[in-house]
Amino acid sequence: MKKIKVNEKWCLGCHLCEYYCAFANSGIQDMVKALKDMQIKPRLRIEQNDKISFAVSCRHCEDPICVKSCISGALTIKDNVVCIDKQRCIGCYTCVLVCPYGAVLPSEEGAVRKCELCTSRSDSKPACVQGCPNKAIELVEV
Amino acid sequence: MPINYIFPQFEILRDQTRCIKCRVCEKQCANEVHRYDDDYKIMIADESKCVNCHRCVALCPTSALRIIKNPHSFRENSNWTSDTITDIYKQASTAGVLLSSMGNPMSYPVYWDKLLINASQVTNPSIDPLREPMETKTFLGAKKHVIKRDDKGNIISNLSPQLELSTPIMFSAMSYGSLSYNAHESLARAAKNLGILYNTGEGGLHEDFYQYGSNTIVQVASGRFGVHKDYLNAGAAVEIKMGQGAKPGIGGHLPGAKITEDVSKTRMIPIGTDAISPAPHHDIYSIEDLNQLEMSLKNATGFRKPVIVKIAAVHNVAAIASGIARSGADIIAIDGFRGGTGAAPIRIRDNVGIPIELALAAVDTRLRNEGIRDNVSLVVGGSIRSSADIVKAIALGADAVYIATAALLALGCHLCRTCYSGKCNWGIATQREDLVKRLNPEVGYQRLINLITAWNHEIKEMMGGMGINSIEALKGNRFMLRGIGLNQKELDILGVRHAGE
Amino acid sequence: MLREGKDNYRIPSGCAICGIFNKDGRRISGSSIISAIEIMHARSNGLGGGFAGYGIYPEYKDYYAFHVFYDDDRAKVACEEYLNSHFDIVNLSRIPTRKHPKITNEPLIFRYFVMPKTADLISSQLDEQEYTSSCVTAINWDIEGAYVFSSGKDMGVFKAVGYPEDVGSFYRLDEYEAYCWTAHGRYPTNTPGWWGGAHPFSLLDCSIVHNGEISSYDANRRYIEMFGYKCSLLTDTEVIAYILDFLIRKTGLTYEEAANVIAAPFWTTIDRKEQQEREKLTYLRNTFASLLITGPFSIIVGFKGGIMALNDRLKLRSMIVGEKDDTVYISSEESAIRKICKDLDRVYSPRGGEPVIYTLSGGGTNAY
Repeated sequence: MKKIKVNEKWCLGCHLCEYYCAFANSGIQDMVKALKDMQIKPRLRIEQNDKISFAVSCRHCEDPICVKSCISGALTIKDNVVCIDKQRCIGCYTCVLVCPYGAVLPSEEGAVRKCELCTSRSDSKPACVQGCPNKAIELVEV
Repeated sequence: MPINYIFPQFEILRDQTRCIKCRVCEKQCANEVHRYDDDYKIMIADESKCVNCHRCVALCPTSALRIIKNPHSFRENSNWTSDTITDIYKQASTAGVLLSSMGNPMSYPVYWDKLLINASQVTNPSIDPLREPMETKTFLGAKKHVIKRDDKGNIISNLSPQLELSTPIMFSAMSYGSLSYNAHESLARAAKNLGILYNTGEGGLHEDFYQYGSNTIVQVASGRFGVHKDYLNAGAAVEIKMGQGAKPGIGGHLPGAKITEDVSKTRMIPIGTDAISPAPHHDIYSIEDLNQLEMSLKNATGFRKPVIVKIAAVHNVAAIASGIARSGADIIAIDGFRGGTGAAPIRIRDNVGIPIELALAAVDTRLRNEGIRDNVSLVVGGSIRSSADIVKAIALGADAVYIATAALLALGCHLCRTCYSGKCNWGIATQREDLVKRLNPEVGYQRLINLITAWNHEIKEMMGGMGINSIEALKGNRFMLRGIGLNQKELDILGVRHAGE
Repeated sequence: MLREGKDNYRIPSGCAICGIFNKDGRRISGSSIISAIEIMHARSNGLGGGFAGYGIYPEYKDYYAFHVFYDDDRAKVACEEYLNSHFDIVNLSRIPTRKHPKITNEPLIFRYFVMPKTADLISSQLDEQEYTSSCVTAINWDIEGAYVFSSGKDMGVFKAVGYPEDVGSFYRLDEYEAYCWTAHGRYPTNTPGWWGGAHPFSLLDCSIVHNGEISSYDANRRYIEMFGYKCSLLTDTEVIAYILDFLIRKTGLTYEEAANVIAAPFWTTIDRKEQQEREKLTYLRNTFASLLITGPFSIIVGFKGGIMALNDRLKLRSMIVGEKDDTVYISSEESAIRKICKDLDRVYSPRGGEPVIYTLSGGGTNAY
């Protein structure tokens, strides 16, 4: 099973992961078209203060509290990845409240947004992993 | 004062239609060139601070940036170039020696590019390295030709200490201090993985890196920074640095800003003090003194480690090398005038020393004429830019090469030549914590391994083309080289014939 | 005239080589070796052929037999003056030849049986062989038009421009008997006219015939020249001869150890050996790194009391060995062996880099 591993030691706080994530999930082929003059909507966030920064995204917990708390059955586990079914999500935000990592985010589209490890895209690696210039976000076998 | 105004060297072209204002350029520029303008809602730049290191260009996710040479110019003048004029303005306002970094950038001839390599046709088969063994293993150290046998007639090994390299490439001296911790870790780990050696430079050896000792050359320079008994014994070889190609005749410079706590501990000097090495070793004023230092170091290391003497390629290099070859040194390293550095006076870097190609050919010829070529191995650097340069260097007579600038390029260096500022945006030539972390050694060491692996493949391909399947048969094999566009004197010094001959 | 070595002129060649060795020291007529090399006619192109025979001068076996080419009488006078001042000459004659329509433009060919002058030898502080070889080098370098092409004891080299079988007939080799013969037919890729450029190449007792073009040439040449050798011909054979002379006569390696230097095993092979052997091979390969020969070659080395055949370590040239009773045959092609000995006890093809060494049984070098 592969999971995202974030190493704050190498995170530069450059925020590129957020942009690559937002672009990858925009469904638009061109990054400029997808992100220019837009409020970006990445599925991960960089947390930082003066000295330290790191990316926070869904941990795809083995026993995820968000899935348990989902009242509409929109959050499910598929091949060890916690996925969101936008059709089913009713936007109650229970999951947003219960996630201890703050990794499920509200969205203006109605349904919540969260990292699905780019499984819906054809690329082998998540966009944040590919875009990180310093290997601070890695996809590792656990 | 308007007379002090120096127009920016570079112009930053930002394609505003592509810029998504992610501000990565702003966050990544240690020189604080880029800035977001809240009023206009666009990114803007202060070009006077730009050193053209390409960090912003490389990280811009929409390729919205380009940096070009500023076309603004003085009135055209072949004698008074814009660099010459601006240097005078700078010195008239500061009264200082001008500093720069990395190797001599002037348009002197590059002899590597005037040498061509042979290949087999018909009378002799080329060898395919994908299908046949192709050997690049190299030993460095003095060789004796007197065979000793025991009473049963078995040969007793009487070799001096040797260094074994999987391929004839080593990372040249770059100190911890001039380079970051992460750059050093990358070099050390890559050397170990590749079965080659890296060199501490004159900055001592960080305690974390003692574990890579068998792949480390520890340097003793005129400042003696970081030198103690454990340090000497930690490495596989000891190098006495007499000179350096980038600045022959003067010692190393490390500005106080780079002497952080860790660097100070490793160098054994106070935090924040400039580390200016003396120009000569003050215990070596002549060749006989060199022998004494060599013997001291050999005694300190129990005669188990070869001693390298590194010199800059200067006019009389052949005679100097001949003296060193008789002094007890095991290896001579020669650094050409293109060799890099963290900081050097511009005038010295650009005007002192000679090309490594000529120095190597002259030294190899001289040592052979005197019958003492096997007293020492020859390692050359400054600058080796590709596997083809290595093949040519070995064919001219080198045993191995030192690479440094190429290794830094592999780590991300973009040759902006401002190492002395300590603000390396690539995390290489800096001690600033936030910048140092930009070089993840996990990435860095793999890129170094990739580079050497690629070069080693190319060396093998070229050797195979010549019908040579072991690197020692290439050493000094000048018949495999031809000159192109060289005059007779140059051909004579290089000991090669002209193409077509 | 194009001449090897002159004006840095270098000629690559393809070739046929052949050797016969009798382990009991029984002497065999030269007609067999001529017959053997003749069948490989297509491997040479008429631009060089030659032979070396060991045990051919039993009556003068303690004297150095110098075979010398002279371009003219002036060279002969100069050379003889030099010889007279450095050696005691016990016999001097033209080398007997018979006219052959295909062998033309012959130089003057003389033979001298000599011994270094005792007083000169002592004052030179050299051993007898070193003294002699340095005199040979001096003649070949300093006396224009004179070339000593054979200088061993109880052995001789015979060579010319032409096909080897014609050269053998020209030198009347059917009238000589040797316990060891080697032969060479040359296929140079150019048109040299100089007889000295033909093979075998010899220095003192050691003679070499060689097929191949070595890619390590200049690495080997520039190295060996550090030890007082002068590679005047720029041929591979010359440099191989000097390397063997250096390793065996001057350094004291055995023929097998010398083979481990010039056709050193690959490092992967060395790493698989048991410790003592591994250390020895590593030592030899490292110490004499610049004497590794790469590129295709097969060589047959004749020496006093023995013969060695060796291929390059990839075996890029054919070479086959046949044994019948006490006689050994070595050749580029099996056809040459079958021609003179149809019924062999054993035929095998030595592996690349594996030296095949035969010496006179009983270790005696005077067994014949």
